Amino acid sequence: MTTAFHAVESTRHLVARKERVQLPHVLFALPALAFFGVFALLPLVGVAALSFTTWNGIGTIQFSGLDSWKEVLTRPSTWHGLWLVLILVVATWLIQTPLSILLGTFLAGFQKYRNILAILYFLPLLLSSAAIAITFKSLLDPNFGLANGLNMPFLKQNWLGDSTLVWVVLLFIIAWQFIPFHTLIYQGAVRQIPQTMFEAAEIDGAGRVRQFFSIILPQLKYTLITSSTLMVVGALTYFDIIFVLTQGGPGVATRILPLDMYLTGFRGNEMGVASGLAVMLVVIGLGLALGVQRLGGKDASASQMEGA
Amino acid sequence: MNTAHPSRRTILGAAAGISAVTLASCGTSGPGSTAGGENAATFWGVSGQPNEGIYSDGVDTFNELGQGTVEATFFQNDAYKQKVRTAIGAGEAPTIIYGWGGGGLRTYVQDDQVEDLTPWLEENAEFRDRYIDSVWGAATVDGKAFALPIGATQPIILFNNKTVLEQIGAEAPETWDDLLGVIEKANSAGVAPISLAGQSRWTSMMWLEYLLDRIGGAEVFEKIAAGEPDAWLDDAVVEMGNKVVELLDASAFADGFESMAADSNTDQALLWSDQAALMLHGGWTFGSMKTSGGGFVQEGRLGFGPFPTIDGGKGELSNLVGNPCNYVSLSSGATDEEKEVAKAFFLDGLMVDDVAMALVESGSVPVIAGQDEALAASDDSEYLEWVYTSIQDAPAFTQSWDQALQPTAAETLLVNIEELFLGNLQPEQFAENMNATLEGR
Repeated sequence: MTTAFHAVESTRHLVARKERVQLPHVLFALPALAFFGVFALLPLVGVAALSFTTWNGIGTIQFSGLDSWKEVLTRPSTWHGLWLVLILVVATWLIQTPLSILLGTFLAGFQKYRNILAILYFLPLLLSSAAIAITFKSLLDPNFGLANGLNMPFLKQNWLGDSTLVWVVLLFIIAWQFIPFHTLIYQGAVRQIPQTMFEAAEIDGAGRVRQFFSIILPQLKYTLITSSTLMVVGALTYFDIIFVLTQGGPGVATRILPLDMYLTGFRGNEMGVASGLAVMLVVIGLGLALGVQRLGGKDASASQMEGA
Repeated sequence: MNTAHPSRRTILGAAAGISAVTLASCGTSGPGSTAGGENAATFWGVSGQPNEGIYSDGVDTFNELGQGTVEATFFQNDAYKQKVRTAIGAGEAPTIIYGWGGGGLRTYVQDDQVEDLTPWLEENAEFRDRYIDSVWGAATVDGKAFALPIGATQPIILFNNKTVLEQIGAEAPETWDDLLGVIEKANSAGVAPISLAGQSRWTSMMWLEYLLDRIGGAEVFEKIAAGEPDAWLDDAVVEMGNKVVELLDASAFADGFESMAADSNTDQALLWSDQAALMLHGGWTFGSMKTSGGGFVQEGRLGFGPFPTIDGGKGELSNLVGNPCNYVSLSSGATDEEKEVAKAFFLDGLMVDDVAMALVESGSVPVIAGQDEALAASDDSEYLEWVYTSIQDAPAFTQSWDQALQPTAAETLLVNIEELFLGNLQPEQFAENMNATLEGR
């Protein structure tokens, strides 16, 4: 009786609180919504509108129907840039994901030396992209760079002038910059796996490798999706290092779609066409992000935490 | 019962939202707000010494005269070019717009963003006549002056390292065959024949500018800049491309030149550290080679001369290419008070004698006439007087292509130049790609 009463009371309490909480929830979200509306949705609508115009950035904006879109879809540089950015997305993911998971798992241990290593690994995360790009530009100089400083002639390569080597350089720098970030995410996720799982596995006689594949990897599923979403969308809109390091060169070898958009808009002053490219990027980015989410979203029985 | 809670939160939330929005909008209202009172004109320039220091000294001196206040802000070169355009488009232009004349100025004029200064110059003929004649060209659109020259004249010069030339037994080239001879001797002696920061693209463009001039004369590019149909399909353009191929085949440029960037000045370092024989570069590098070259300039090891002539070509040895100078324009969006202050500043602060003197001391030739004595008294008199004479004697002074062309065409040009120098593009294809930019007008 008393328990039942209590139960009823607490449900009522819960219901009452829920009702009371509902409205403020929306209100709390208002500032964020306002920001999102003003700085994300409004510009997006503006860009979509601009893509149906011809504008050089300073004159009057002239409505020109589908002219800009025709230009967007027919110029070879769009498809070249799209192809390059897709390569970048795939290569970035393939390089960074395994390394980040392994490093994250390694750093999840609580040993002192691992903490010290962790600090070292995370250093690149603190540097600004522009600074990284300028530094690497100097280091890679064929005459006065690393090759000269370390007296290692094999480092004297045409790093930024060869259309294949430049990709090796770019993928390396991007990985160097962002693996720490994803390592951090995975480290936290691995630490959240209940210790009891490992103890049970040990009793069952599972070794480290088996534990990694049978416990850690399945438990990291949602972290993998979060990290992959960030990685894929991040790579799709990647800009700063490439802009400072190569300006899309040599020739157009690294002129990925976001860079092509910027150069078309702000160097070439073709704002209509650049807006079309921007809309294209938004659509592809949303599609990719949703796709990655969906990849792991359906299987609700997937193991997550104890008792799940 | 609970009404108090939501309503308070409504207010709080709304207040937070509003303050966020207003805070953010405060952040975006940039130069339009004149912090220095009603009589303040804003002036945006490009950062980098020595010019930044010279101009801001000029501004400080003017501000003490009591004719109003000029607020100068300096931005990094590439960032400035985009920032100023965006600001003009948004109606937030500074009163005094710093620029490069040519194609960029033309787009401002087409959209009525800058004032026609011709009548004002008529009234102040004395002021106008202080300038060297050849610098007005890039400030003029359809016969009207929309900008005033500022700073120093910067022709492109073929620099050489005298020590290296002596070692390999060569002399500064005066003809195309001389040049090929120097390249061969340098290569067999194991030094780089020509230092070129090919990654920066406009550096390679300087070679094309001179090659086209020497092959077809200054008229070929004049037609291109005027947008005449099929101007890029001139035989001289293809011949220019062939000369580039010839240079590439002869390994004329330093190993890995495609990876060298001009922003870190490694191309200059290659010359002053005796690792390269020649370098084609703007006159502004003289100052930086003097500062960082460790005595290279002071000991007289830096040589300089005109670009070689080409057999059968139309261009003369004394034709120049490069940047006549920089320019300032008056924003048509400024208030009348701001315009008055700006005009007073043009007369009494912009290129006054002190500014001209400071430019000479920094190792450059100001755009003001009658500097012979000052130049002769300078430490660098040999170089400065040579430049000064070259400018006055030059039958033609072609403006740098990326500044003379419309911005859209200039961007296409730079990409195609890089492809040409990478050997990815045939000269004929280069000409056709560039010709496509003419039809777009």
